[in-house]
Amino acid sequence: MKTLLWIQGLSCNGNTQSLLNAENPFFYEIFQKIKLIYHPSFSYRENLQTIIKKVKEEKIKINFLVVEGAVTSDKRFHKIGDYSVAQILEILKDRADYIIAAGNCASFGNIPATFSHNPDVTGLQFRFVQKEGFFPPDFKTRSGYPVINIPGCPMHPAWFTQTITALLEGKKVILDQFNRPKELFMYLPHDGCTRNEYFEWKVESEEFGHKEGCLFYNLGCRGPMTHAPCNKILWNRISSKTRAGMPCIGCTEFNFPLRENFFETKKNMGIPEEVPLGVSKRAYITITGVAKTLKNKRLMVKLEETD
Amino acid sequence: MSKIKKTKEERKKEIIKAACRLFAKKGYYNTTIPDIAEELGMSVGNLYNYFHSKEELAKYIMQYSSKLLGDEIRKINEENISTKEKIYKIVRKFFEIGQEQPELIEYFLRVFLSNREVFEEGCEGFLCVQEVVTELMLFLEEGARKGELRQQDFFPAFVTLMGPLGGMVFLQGENVLPKKPIEYSDELAENIWRALKAD
Repeated sequence: MKTLLWIQGLSCNGNTQSLLNAENPFFYEIFQKIKLIYHPSFSYRENLQTIIKKVKEEKIKINFLVVEGAVTSDKRFHKIGDYSVAQILEILKDRADYIIAAGNCASFGNIPATFSHNPDVTGLQFRFVQKEGFFPPDFKTRSGYPVINIPGCPMHPAWFTQTITALLEGKKVILDQFNRPKELFMYLPHDGCTRNEYFEWKVESEEFGHKEGCLFYNLGCRGPMTHAPCNKILWNRISSKTRAGMPCIGCTEFNFPLRENFFETKKNMGIPEEVPLGVSKRAYITITGVAKTLKNKRLMVKLEETD
Repeated sequence: MSKIKKTKEERKKEIIKAACRLFAKKGYYNTTIPDIAEELGMSVGNLYNYFHSKEELAKYIMQYSSKLLGDEIRKINEENISTKEKIYKIVRKFFEIGQEQPELIEYFLRVFLSNREVFEEGCEGFLCVQEVVTELMLFLEEGARKGELRQQDFFPAFVTLMGPLGGMVFLQGENVLPKKPIEYSDELAENIWRALKAD
């Protein structure tokens, strides 16, 4: 049976919490197929230092090394036994078939990497947009893959289980330029958003939590420029941020959370500074002008009041 | 093929010119398609090959003018120069077009702005002047993004930019300007720049 070792760096434990909500396959189903060697939240008999020792002695083999949280070598900020998380990674990096970054901290550094008192905080292979993570840019594991990033704050459990299952089945996982599985991250939260009609006709939401209106123009929604299948693979199989009236905050992206105000669209002279992916600003302005002029009456009233 | 197409486009330009002249002189409602055909020395039937109705012609003139000015502003937008220089160039270009094709300005003032009912369907809002508005939006957005223009809503900035230009050509139409509008170009551009620039 293949094995999985889960370690944590600078983390809020959010991706673990998320994983516990996995469905189809459930958390326990996944770990019937894979032997969980160690997880800091669930393993109470095992000791990580002992496991590391056994790995070094080749008594334990690791197929999947999953890292949750950002990396630092500074033991004042993070320590597991006598090790820093950086030291553990040094020991294990060539002894795992696959290394998976679970969540945005391990992928790109996220909030821990913005901490100004410790400049030595990175993701596994990236630090935000730069390929200046803990591992060098050309680092690859035994399987030939770089660190596979499954970002999100937190990641969706299905993104994780789907990737692990594909690798377990020996399927090829194609990665994008930020080493995220393409199959998942080729979609935008905009794809499948229930507010798309409002986006098309430029009917904007002014408040959070309403069913009507697009969240892009006023409320800072990053749905059209973020890579994540949040409206394809729903959260808790029920909903998503945008469906609930909360803008996408772009938490699967390399530049999260480097932004001033999550709930406001940055505009110049009333025109959004950033426009949807794949569209020039000129094209966006043109189509917006036409859509605003040619109103869609259905979208002028509350949904309950439509014919 | 291209030769025929070009000829057709050239012919359309001539029709626009003649129509603008007549519309401005006699008014939109007092000008008929036969009048325009006569002015051009072409048959009414032939004119209908180009435009199916007077209303279609009226809207086309606006789209044509918008594209003409929009293309010129786009060229300025794409230049690697400061926002201030762009304002100077846009203002100058506007008056240059006005000087070369005064009938378009006349048409804008005396038909487009005066007979709104003609343009209710198909030309509502910015639909027939989309190119100009789009380019000005891009211009203003870039200026504010670079910190050269003061942040504000689009419409006050838009009116500050275009209002003086319209005002100047209106005064020219009323024959009260001692000089040609283009001779006021730099002064006007300076006013617009000072009104819009960042503090």
